[in-house]
This record gives sequence, C-alpha cells and structure tokens, in this order.
Amino acid sequence: MKFILMMSAPKENWDSFAKWSKEDFERNAAFMRAFSQELRDSGTFVASEGLAWPNEARVVRARSDGEPITDGVFPESKEFLGGYWIIDVEGPEQAYRIAALVSAAPGSGGKPGNIPIEVRQVLSAFSDPGL
Amino acid sequence: MKYILLMTGTRGGVDTYRAWSKQDIDSHMAALQSLNKELKNSGEFVATQGLAGPDEAKLIRGEKNGAPVTDGVFPESKEFLLGYWIVDVANPERAYAIAGRISTAPGPGGVPTNMPIEVRRFAEHAPRES
Amino acid sequence: MIDASIERLLREFTPQVLGTVVRRFRDFAAAEDAVQEALLAAATQWPDDGLPANPRAWLTQVALRRMTDRIRSESARRRREEDLLHRSEAAPEHLAPEPVGMEEDDTLVLLFMCCHSALTPASAIALTLRAVGGLTTAEIAKAFLVPEATMAQRISRAKQSIRDSGIPFQLPTAGERTERLRAVLHVLYLIFNEGYTSSGGAHLQRLELSSEAIRLTRLLRNLLPDDPEISGLLALMLLTDARRLARTTSEGDLIPLDRQDRALWDRRQIAEGVALVSAALRKGAVGIYQLQAAISAVHDEAARAEDTDWPQILALYDLLRRITDNPMVALNHAVAAAMVNGPANGLELLDALNADPRVANHHRFHAVRAHLLEMAGDAPAAARHYRAAAAKTASLPERNYLLIQAARLADSRN
Repeated sequence: MKFILMMSAPKENWDSFAKWSKEDFERNAAFMRAFSQELRDSGTFVASEGLAWPNEARVVRARSDGEPITDGVFPESKEFLGGYWIIDVEGPEQAYRIAALVSAAPGSGGKPGNIPIEVRQVLSAFSDPGL
Repeated sequence: MKYILLMTGTRGGVDTYRAWSKQDIDSHMAALQSLNKELKNSGEFVATQGLAGPDEAKLIRGEKNGAPVTDGVFPESKEFLLGYWIVDVANPERAYAIAGRISTAPGPGGVPTNMPIEVRRFAEHAPRES
Repeated sequence: MIDASIERLLREFTPQVLGTVVRRFRDFAAAEDAVQEALLAAATQWPDDGLPANPRAWLTQVALRRMTDRIRSESARRRREEDLLHRSEAAPEHLAPEPVGMEEDDTLVLLFMCCHSALTPASAIALTLRAVGGLTTAEIAKAFLVPEATMAQRISRAKQSIRDSGIPFQLPTAGERTERLRAVLHVLYLIFNEGYTSSGGAHLQRLELSSEAIRLTRLLRNLLPDDPEISGLLALMLLTDARRLARTTSEGDLIPLDRQDRALWDRRQIAEGVALVSAALRKGAVGIYQLQAAISAVHDEAARAEDTDWPQILALYDLLRRITDNPMVALNHAVAAAMVNGPANGLELLDALNADPRVANHHRFHAVRAHLLEMAGDAPAAARHYRAAAAKTASLPERNYLLIQAARLADSRN
C-alpha cells in the first residue's frame, strides 16, 4: 500500500528554521540523509521531494474567461508543505511508525522536532506516477 | 522548472463533493483526465496522485520512545490535500495557467468549481553553479 | 544491456546515419523515427550476432529500409510518396554527387537544425541530445528527471515544430551563420550547465550530461575548427568541469571556489582549457565564451585561492560587460571589483543593479550582497541577505549552504 508522509509548517516555523545554528542544520541534514537511505535500503522508498520556500507560493483560481488569477496572500496560520515522502508498505501501522521516525528528526538545539507528519494513503485509481 | 499543483479541500468541501450526482462527478473526472492527456501531449506531465479522503488522514508525532502518537482530530477549517499534479514547464506563468485549468474543472450543473489550486516550485537536489 | 563500446559506436553514428536518411527523403521527423528503430535493432542484435563489418552502413541500410516500409504502408499518401521514392532511387546521374566528408556536413546541419531558435530551449536540448548526441529517450528522460513518455512527446513535438517552421535541411546561409551558431553554442552551454551537477552521494544515476556537452562541443569544433567562440565554449566547459570533484562534499553539500581542495582539480582538463582559450584569444575576435573561459583559466591557474589574480579577472569582466548585459556577469563583476578595490566598491556596483528586475529577485544577487556585506564587516546584514537568498533558490544544496552561512555569522556574534 502506498502512503504519503507530508511535512508542513506555518510561515513562522519556516522563519525559525532559517535561524537554526550550523550544528542544528548539519544534525538535521545527517538525520534526513540516513532516514532516506534507510527507506531505500528497506525497499520502502517510492519518492521524496522538497519544495521551494513558501514565499513564492501562489494560489490560482480561474476567472470566468478561464484566465488564471494568482494570489500570493495567505492567512498567518496557513500550513505550507515543505516536503513529502511516498512509501510502499504492508499497511498503515508501518506507515505511522515511519512517520514517527521522521517526526523525531532533530530540530533546534538537537531536540527531537516532534513535527506533526500527516499520513494519507495514495489512491492508485487516481494516480499516474509517470515513472 | 518543476512545479507541484496542490488541490485541497476542507472536510465539508469533500462531503459536498461526495454528494454530487454521479454525472457531475464523472464530468469532473473526465475534465481532469482530459487535462492529463493534454499535459502528456505537450510534454509537461510528470505525475499526478489522488489521495484517500480526509477521514483517513492521521497526524503522527514521535513519542520519546519512538512510538507513534496518532491523532485524527483536525480543525474544521483544515485544508486537506486531495491530490496533486507535478508538471515540468518553461516558466511559472505556464504553471499558473495549468492550475487555472484544474480550477475550471466542472462541478454540479457543469459550473466551473473555481477551486483554489496552490502552486509551489519543487526544490532541486542539484547544486547550481554560482 | 549493451556494452559500452557498442553504445559509443551507436552514439557516434547516429547523426551521420540520420543525415544520410534525411538527405535522401527530406523528412526529418520520419527519418529520425526510422533511425531510432535502426538503433534499437542494432542494440538488440549486435550483442548476440557480433558487430557487422561496416556498422555505419548496416545502420544506414536498416534505417533506409524502415523509411521505405513506412512510406509504402501509408496508403493515404501512397501515390505522392511513391513519386518521391522513384526519384530517390533514380539513376545516379539524376542525383547530385555526394561530396567527400558529406557525413560530417550532415552532423553540422543537424546541429544547426536542432538548435534553431524556432524551438524552445527545452525542445532544442532534448532533440540535440537525441539526434546529434545519439542518446536514447530513456537516457534523456532520466537526465532531466521526467517520465520517458513525457520526454518522447517533447522530442516528437520538437520534430513537429521543425516541420511546421519549414526549417530546411541545409547549412545556414552566410548571413544567418553568426546568429544560428550562437543558438547552437547556447544550447550546448545549457546542456553543460544542466549536467554540471555533482553526483556526490546522490542516489541519482544520472547520465553525465556535462560530459555529453563536452563531447558535442568537441564534435562541433572538429567541424568548424577556426571559430574562436567554439573553442572558447569548449575551454569554458573543460575549465569548469575540471573542478567538479572539489565542488561538493560526498553528502552533496556545496563548497565555494575559494575553499575547494585544488588537489582534486583535473590538471589535464585545465591545461587543455588554458591552451584552447589562449589560442582562441590570439585570433582577436573576442566573444562571451572566450572571455568567460579566460576568467575560469585565471581561477584555475591559481595554486591557492589567495594567489588568484583578481585584477586580471576584473579587467576581463570589464571587457565582458561591454559585450553583454547579462546581469549574472554584472554580479560577478561586482565580486571581482570588491576583491580588488574593497567591498564598498562591490556594494556600490550592486546598488546599480537594484533596479534591474531580472536581478532583484534572483538568489545570487542576495548571496553576493551577503558575501560583500560580510567582507565589509556587517555580519547582521550579511546574515539577513544570506537568508533572503536561501528563500529564493530552488536548489536544496544551495539553500543549505546559504542558511549555514547565515548561521555561521549569527553564531560568531554569540
């Protein structure tokens, strides 16, 4: 079964992240590398992507003539997706365990970030991974 | 340039969608399939995924001992990701235009849903020479 | 899985065979398909049957046969096509004799054709890699991290654009030459930059696009040995590629030029690059690639970062700025000015760029400003600009590098 693990955060968390210390960045990066490697080694990894900084996020709606209207203004509380992993596992329990691992990634001061990771199943009926 | 186009909805929005007539749902899906075909034709298609409904969403945190703490309670207003498109386009305007197309997919009675599509650029793993 | 030597042969022969088929049938798109089929047949049969005595003739024969098969089976246009077929099979005296070295000319024609400005850069890149580079669609797709079907479609549409634009299969006229050659050099440069990524530690098994760009530029130089800008571009690629092993850590983290381990630089590539650009510059027809190569040469010839001849680099950027208004050049010029005249001078030059919309939102603008502010001793402002730059780059390794610079400056104050 395929699951998507999503890491999102409001703008102020992104801004705090940008102010981490050098050791914080390096520790977190090392953790994430090891995490991804473990997913690959265990045959669980399907895909993972990071997204660009949310300052360039836009919401698009279509006008009545079909032309897109873009808007870059979001509420303070808006959670911006930072990145995701798609994993292929036996069942939801395994997905939750993996999500818990990445949730514990070290954050500021090396303490576990405890970031909430949203877990959803990917529906194959509506999917075209294009691979 | 790779972009991800995010289709989101609140739980209420999804419940409303589930109450559409079969015909309306089929038209909606057909419009999106048609867009996918166009994107494959134009060489811009990378991937699309649909996600299970918000009722199945879980929020996971790692407990101190590593055990997952699951939480299925979200605020009513939470926007859930319903699905996304990944496209490889020449410039941001093209990404917005494609998002606009998704936004015009028809809803009940054939009226465009006009739903908001969030557009985010992908980060690349490659260093760029300075 | 075909072995490397067969793969190399197929790549080498692709443009030559394609040229022959296009010349015979005057249908680039269909010819390209036919050649792809011949390449596939070779990749399947040669490992088992062994190499044919004349591999290029074999490929040509098979491609020509595929073309005639295709034409015969298209019943709707049969009559018109058979006419063409008769003419192409006409007695030799009805065909212009093929001059010696015709296959070489064909590769050049193909290169000009695939890089025509009627195509978008992405299309030109994909088509050049296929038709001239001889890469498979799958290889090109993998290099650009898109599905194979998407890349196939892009190539198909590129061929369609060529057909629709009526671009003829012939060398550009003398009047068009300069412009068309510039387009070719630009595409090759884009391919090189696309490929100039480090595989260091990354899970991606990407085809070495930068090597492919170098190979194609060498090919072009062999065909047009007297053009100094081609030599300049080749020199630039070699001098840049020479640093690839020193550019990132094994984890993919960026190492800036002034902190790279120069023992890891490829001395042979540097020597070749320096020789190429020196010879080119002596011709006196200075151009953007020669100047950029010259600048790279000055960097690469310095034994240590502190030995870098910045005054010479500044002089070269002064020259470069006179012939191009590329804002990235202006940025690099500001850095060089700072190294020679002090950070205040560099910052002044940056201020002049504030109004340029191409630059204001570009991460490099903020990164350079941050660097100069740090040089000037203003750590808090430098940190702010490093973070601003981090928020604007699409490259994760670059973002990490910039955030760490900001962190370093913040940490040093505590």
